[in-house]
Order: sequence, then C-alpha cells, then structure tokens
Amino acid sequence: METKILDADAIRTMQDTAPTAGGVSKQKARISRLMVSPSVLLLLLWMVVPLSMTIYFSLIRYNLLYPGENEYVGLENFRFFVTDLGFMAGMTNTLLLVGSVLLITVVFGVLISLLINLAFWGQGIVRILLISPFFIMPTVNALVWKNLLLHPVSGVFAAIWQFFGAQPIDWFSELPLFSIIMIVSWQWLPFAILLLMTALQSLDQEQQEAARLDGAGPWALFWHLTRPHLARPIAVVVMIETIFLLSLFAEIFTTTGGGPGYETTNLAYLIYSQALLQFDVGLASAGGLIAVILANIAAFFLVRVVGKSLTDKQ
Amino acid sequence: MLSLKQRRSLTTALMGILAWGVALAIFFPIFWMMLTSFKTEIDAFATPPQLFFTPTLENYTLVNERSDYLHFAWNSVVVSFGSTIIGMLLAVPAAYSMAFFETKRTKATLLWMLSTKMLPPVGVLVPIYLLFKDMQMLDTRIGLTIIFTLINLPIMIWMAYTYFKEIPKEVLEAARMDGSTLFQEIWRVLLPMSKGGLASTVLLALILSWNEAFWSLNLTASQAAPLTALIASYSSPEGLFWAKLSAVSTLASAPILIFGWISQKQLVRGLSFGAVK
Repeated sequence: METKILDADAIRTMQDTAPTAGGVSKQKARISRLMVSPSVLLLLLWMVVPLSMTIYFSLIRYNLLYPGENEYVGLENFRFFVTDLGFMAGMTNTLLLVGSVLLITVVFGVLISLLINLAFWGQGIVRILLISPFFIMPTVNALVWKNLLLHPVSGVFAAIWQFFGAQPIDWFSELPLFSIIMIVSWQWLPFAILLLMTALQSLDQEQQEAARLDGAGPWALFWHLTRPHLARPIAVVVMIETIFLLSLFAEIFTTTGGGPGYETTNLAYLIYSQALLQFDVGLASAGGLIAVILANIAAFFLVRVVGKSLTDKQ
Repeated sequence: MLSLKQRRSLTTALMGILAWGVALAIFFPIFWMMLTSFKTEIDAFATPPQLFFTPTLENYTLVNERSDYLHFAWNSVVVSFGSTIIGMLLAVPAAYSMAFFETKRTKATLLWMLSTKMLPPVGVLVPIYLLFKDMQMLDTRIGLTIIFTLINLPIMIWMAYTYFKEIPKEVLEAARMDGSTLFQEIWRVLLPMSKGGLASTVLLALILSWNEAFWSLNLTASQAAPLTALIASYSSPEGLFWAKLSAVSTLASAPILIFGWISQKQLVRGLSFGAVK
C-alpha cells in the first residue's frame, strides 16, 4: 500500500521535471532503436533483396533450361508476358475472381452480421458455426468441395440436383471459374462476418435507442447510423481480401490446375507455371512485378485507412 | 390481429430461425467432411450420399500407415511453433519500444511494416526459390520457418503494439522507479498485464502458419512438407479415397478450428491491423 502511494508521488515528480530530463529521453530513444532494429532489419532484407532480384531478373534473359545466356534484354520479358496468350485470360480471371468474391463476401457479410446482431437463442453457437470456414486450410477447403460436395456423381450437390429432377452439373469442367469463386467465397465470407460483427458490437446502443424513440424506422436507423459505422470495416475487409485474393493460388493448384485451358488461370498461377513449370525466370519475374504493382494499388488505400486509425487513437 | 409486442417477438423468432439456417448451411461442408471421415469408402461414395450409416474408425487408423500422417503433422508443428516463437521474440521488444518510447518515426515504421505484408508472394517467388536452392534450404523445416516468421512478423508486431498501447505508461514507470531493470520490467510487469492479448497474438500466428499454403507448396517436397502439402497430394485421385481424405482433413483442421473458436474476438484486431476492435 505504502509503496503504491510513493510511486504515484514519484511519477508526479517525474512528470513535473520531465523537460529537464534530456539524458533519460536520449537513453530511452537509444534503447528503443535497439529493440526495434532486429525486426526492421529482417523485414527490410525480406523486402529489398528478393524484390531487387525480381527487378534484375525481369530485365535479363534467364531460363533455367538454357543456363549461361543471361544478356540484358530491356523490357522484352514484359512484352512477352503481356502478349502471352495466358496474360489476358490471367488478368480477366484475376479481376473476375477478386471482384466476385469481394461482392459476395461484402454483401452477404453485411446481411449476415446484421442478422446475427439481433438477440436470439443460441447466438454464440451460430457465430462459431459461421466463422468456422475461415480456419480451414485452403487445400482442405478445395479438396472437400471438389470431392465431397461438387463431385458430379457422388457429391451432395449432385444429390440435391437429382432430388429436384435436374441433371447434375460437372462443376469443375462446366463452370470452372464459378466453382472456384464459390469455394473461395465460402472461405472468405467468415472473415467479412467476423470483422463486421465485431464492428457492429461497438455501435452506440444509446444513440440507436434515442433515434428509435424519435420515431426512426429500421431502414432509417440502418442508413443513418449503421451504414456510416460500417464504412471503415467494410473498406478494411475489401482491401485485405483484395491483397490476399490477388495471390490466390492453393485453391486453383489443388482443384483445376489452371484449366481447362486458361479458364481458371489467374495471375499468380500463371507466374507459378512460367517459373516452376517452364523454368522461365525472366518472364516469371516480369509477371511478378506486374502483380506487385497491382497489389500496391490496393495497399496504398489500405495503409491510409489503417494509418488513420492510428492517429484516431492518439 | 397481433399486438405490437407479439409481432415483435414473432419477428425475433423468425430471424433466429433464419440465422440458424444460414449458419448450418455455411457450416455444412465442415460437418459433412467430419461425417464422411467415419464412413467406409463404399459408404462415402454411395449415391445418394448417406446421412445414416455404421460409423467406423478405420480411416483414422489407415491414414497414418498410408500417408505417414505423423511425419507431416510433426513438420507442421515444428514450423508453426518455431516461427511463432521466433516471431514473438522479435515482435514483443519491437512493439514494447514503439508503444512506450514513441518517436516521431514510430507511426511511419508501423505503416512500413504493414506494407511489407502487402508484397504479393508471387512477386518474390522466383528469387526466394533460387536463393533457397543455392543455400540448400529447399524442402527444409528451417527454410519454411524463416519464411513464416517473416510473413507473420508485421501482424504480430501490430497486434502486440495495440495491446501494449492500452497499458497505462504510469504502471511501467512505477516499476522503473522501483529500480527494476528493463528485462524485469518487461517480464514481471508488461507480459503479465498483456497476457490475454499476447496469447491471442500467438494463436493468430499459429493459425496463419498452420494454414499457409503458397510457400509450403512451392518450397517443400517430401522432407519438410507440412499438412497443407500432404492434403494437396490427395488432389490426384486414386481409387476410392473420399473417406481417407476426410479423415486426414479432419485431423489437420480440428486443432486450428478450436484455436479459432477460442480467440475469435481478439483475432479481429490482428486481422484488421487494429482498424477494427
């Protein structure tokens, strides 16, 4: 008890004399630098070394099958990558995939999180069930969907189709991109629900109640109170999903392998096949840089929103 | 006619039923996977799919001898825990110094760390692959541990930072006045006060490493391959394998699912870099 009082006094004294304690703050700054620097150094290495190698490789001819022919070729790799048959397909599929999954997860994410924010029996269990798919590893997700649910003969979907007298669909050969969109949405919808549900819990209840007493209907409540409150979490969901979905790989790798043809090849899969299947390091690096630029566009906005939340706190 | 109160409770009941319906539909694939893992291969392939059957544990006993499950599971454990431990050793001091000794560069440093997370893995796949090949780190647990540490470090620092930020500075200063060293201050005051937050940081890092697939698939073959890669190897069908696939998948997913359930509330902070709390 006594020490505590002493401490409080000590703090007060320290705060009073803070401006004169130049030595202490200098020492603090030194310790602080020392403790951050390992992380900063590692992340700097992680970013600078491979990225500059990618830039270098993208400017030379470099195929692992033909070693020794590594002359400078300027932007030739970029020209080849962009004019490659797979590029247009890869870009279109990437944009379709990212766009559709974002639309599905945000729209249903908002609806479902509003629904489970109401009071009903078993709310806790419902939440746990809803967020579960997010914790399933992508390869499990892909194979369970492919073999147990979407299989044209013994899958659950085929049974449902047959129950209604329809011809079962061979999902991955008839609607390959749609199937991928479906399984990826299933995985990422819980992410949107998790974030939006948490955001809704911090909605000002008193304000809601006051507005209701003033005669505001449910639609007016949503539009004037809930919607503005959800704007930032939705922006965060959109940007984080964009960054991850641009690099979507495992789901495609384990289900369709990019096919049939280029129908499910996205940018990430195209680069992978250039690099590790055709051994064209130069071409793959050029593609990699294009992916980096695309991700940077999304990242630019994300960093701004998150940065704003840093200043909000202080 | 229903009174207003009756109508309201009817709406609540309907909404509850709707919510349960949606939740069960979304959970169905996981339920079905778990159910199939207890079927015989014949039952698993039956048309129409069987909801009622005689359960068997044979898939779980077969899984290990058929695909050496424990080898892959051990790789997953070593790599996830290894990267999480190293990551925490780096992240806690970094977050401590940024939360309590803030300089004018702190905010920029934090945002820069976040931006390293934005680098798409395909952008650096080729150089990392070649570097690993030169250093003979392809298909090693150490190699994968290093990669996982680096990709999760920004998230760990951010999460720890937001939790440390909530501890009043005065508490630490009081400890310092009592003459405790820096180490004692962190070990005896800071860590106990933020143990809930740090625990969820650890859980998130474990979940992310356990489920990571891009680097696992590209940098490992057989020696160091974790469970994500083992399951990917089931993508080439061979006879009847649905029930075994389900058993492996259930085993691989169950621990992470439980971690996720335990820490769902706190994970939001890490997943949104503190923008949603």
